[in-house]
Amino acid sequence: MVVLGIFVGALFAATLAPSAAAASPNPSFQVHAPMQQQEFSIRGTLRDGSDPVPEVRIVATSSTGFSAEVTTDANGRWVIVVPEKGTYEVLLDVATLPEGKPLAEGEANPRIVEFGTSSNMGVIFKVGENAAVATTSFGAVLAERVVAGLSFGLLLALTAVGLSLVFGTTGLTNFAHGEMVTFGAVAAFGLAAIGLPLWVAIAGAILLGGVLGWVQDWGLWRPLRHRGSALVPMMIVSIGLALAMRYIILFFFGGTTEQLPSAQSPLLKVVGVTISRNTLISLVVSLVVIVVVALLLLKTRFGKATRAVADNPALAAASGIDVDQVIRMVWVVGSMLAALGGILWAYYRPGVTFNMGQQILLMIFAGVTLGGLGTVFGALLGSVLVGLMVEVSTIWLEADLKYVGALAVMILVLLFRPQGLLGRGERVG
Amino acid sequence: MDFATIFTNALTQIISPITASYALAALGLAVHFGYAGLLNFGQAGFMAVGAYGFAISTLTFGAPLPLALLMAIAASVLFALLLGIPTLRLRADYLAIVTIAAAEIVRYIVTTNSLTAVTGSANGLATFERGFFALNPIPPGDYSVGQLRFNERNLWITIIAWGLVLVCALAVWGLMRSPWGRVLKGIREDENAVQSLGKNIFVYKMEALVIGGIFGSLAGILFTLPTGAVQPANYGSELTFFLWTALLLGGMATVFGSVLGAMIFWVVLSLTQGILLGLIDAGVITFLTSIQAGQLRYILVGVALMLLMIFRPQGILGNKKELAFS
Repeated sequence: MVVLGIFVGALFAATLAPSAAAASPNPSFQVHAPMQQQEFSIRGTLRDGSDPVPEVRIVATSSTGFSAEVTTDANGRWVIVVPEKGTYEVLLDVATLPEGKPLAEGEANPRIVEFGTSSNMGVIFKVGENAAVATTSFGAVLAERVVAGLSFGLLLALTAVGLSLVFGTTGLTNFAHGEMVTFGAVAAFGLAAIGLPLWVAIAGAILLGGVLGWVQDWGLWRPLRHRGSALVPMMIVSIGLALAMRYIILFFFGGTTEQLPSAQSPLLKVVGVTISRNTLISLVVSLVVIVVVALLLLKTRFGKATRAVADNPALAAASGIDVDQVIRMVWVVGSMLAALGGILWAYYRPGVTFNMGQQILLMIFAGVTLGGLGTVFGALLGSVLVGLMVEVSTIWLEADLKYVGALAVMILVLLFRPQGLLGRGERVG
Repeated sequence: MDFATIFTNALTQIISPITASYALAALGLAVHFGYAGLLNFGQAGFMAVGAYGFAISTLTFGAPLPLALLMAIAASVLFALLLGIPTLRLRADYLAIVTIAAAEIVRYIVTTNSLTAVTGSANGLATFERGFFALNPIPPGDYSVGQLRFNERNLWITIIAWGLVLVCALAVWGLMRSPWGRVLKGIREDENAVQSLGKNIFVYKMEALVIGGIFGSLAGILFTLPTGAVQPANYGSELTFFLWTALLLGGMATVFGSVLGAMIFWVVLSLTQGILLGLIDAGVITFLTSIQAGQLRYILVGVALMLLMIFRPQGILGNKKELAFS
């Protein structure tokens, strides 16, 4: 089963993975390949919530005189094969819609469909009562987005702790941190796939993350530090490591999207706010873990030593702190938190893919920079703010632009307060 | 295994317009990082700005080729200014994070469905290359140079692409021998020292960012012309990292290092692909699928980048004494 999964994943990798497709060399740059055999189609599925809507007439016409019509099948699916790429007008015959399932308000009909480079175009018409539910009060929508944003922000904060601590103690901007996030989710998926109970799989994945962090520091970063490598080369080494790890994960995991066990969770109503169970669990788990980490940093000897090293490694070493030991622990703890963050991210998106960490890495950077590079509490604050910004902005912005706002705010913050919200006002120029 | 085909394919990569585009974009990075010490991790963003600036000017505004080219260059200059003003006064790693973020912003914006009418969203844009091929003076037909075969389109784009690389490389070579270039290298080594001599280092860095960015946008146009299509998925951060690999392979503070690096990058990718696929076909390697073989090459790219940085940071052509690392 696993072998089959890998094989299918590998098959999909070529077609689905954007990075793999982007990178594949193009030995013959011939575009005007014979296109006669190729089929172009416009397709979609008509559903009222999750119930398919059959027997609805849909007509496609083009300016060149082509016209075709279909009715949706028992699953609500419809496909119109068209002779060539071009611009088509797709009309849903409202008279054939069943009673009580009108076209949702604001749905354009007819729809203009323009073929780009792909040969299949999807068209979704929203119908029925379920489509109308979306118009709830602004306050409820805002509350929902704020809760989702807090959940996302706190999972970001988990992953940001490692990045921020490593930066604080060694000065390294670690671009491979995103792959530690992916590793956590992939490891949890793998352990669950061989039949372990979910909580064992998650605990195992976090432990494996810690081991990977230990190995990384032992095999790569500590030797580099002892060679006296400068920070910029180390940053580029981390990019190489990120590429290598990402493609190693793609190699074994494949380009498909997999789901962790119980990725589908019921919606709960908590104090008037609708929230999915997983999001709520994720929120609570990350909050608890963050409080524990903060207490460890503030109260224990080891936490104090970590903060001392982050403040001034030479002075810390002079006062008897084993700097290498502290940095090793920072790598282990940071990687474990990244793995946990990855598992929560897999539930939040939802789905496990080989490049999920790459997608979240810039959000982590945004949080860390916003709060102040190298300050752990700044990273926590910044991450929560980024999470809130990303989710709340979807009220006004298209969902596919939700990360843009956070990145733009990060750039603006650098313009006015380069040390970040909680950073010290030292010279960073 | 057909070694002749494998080697011909690899040879084709040396002079392919895609390699030229990589070389030009890496040359832009050489100006940024090798000479000015600016950590630009958003070169893919500059390429996207150039490609989309060109395509949108042509398709949406119906601009003729020279105007579209100017629009693309103007867009990349504007992008460089937007990036440079907040970050050039900050430490190097801030510029790295901001440039990679800005490149992603560009990619999100050209991918979003709300701008489909202008950018074509995830499908991208196509058929904006006609103006370029309309200028083709080469009569239609098949041409062969040694082992390599061209039709008139390929020959035209290959000549223009490498001509552009040559002109830009000569320009960089000249600039870096000029007083301006010496100041720039001085900033890379010690900005405080240069500042104390009364130079405005912010302006010098900004000029370097703009010049390298223009190279990036021209490379972005070259990248799209062979297929006449631009798709947002091609401009992710991995493109930037591949360019860095090519640059560091050749040598970051050298003019021809970026060209050599891009050639080696593509030849090695092509050779490993050909040999691995050949071995799989011949049944020698049974534990890999052909898709995994493709992925294996990119694992090697990552490992190569790490090893290069650790053991030969100056690259093939570089001089170890002239290193941009502080």
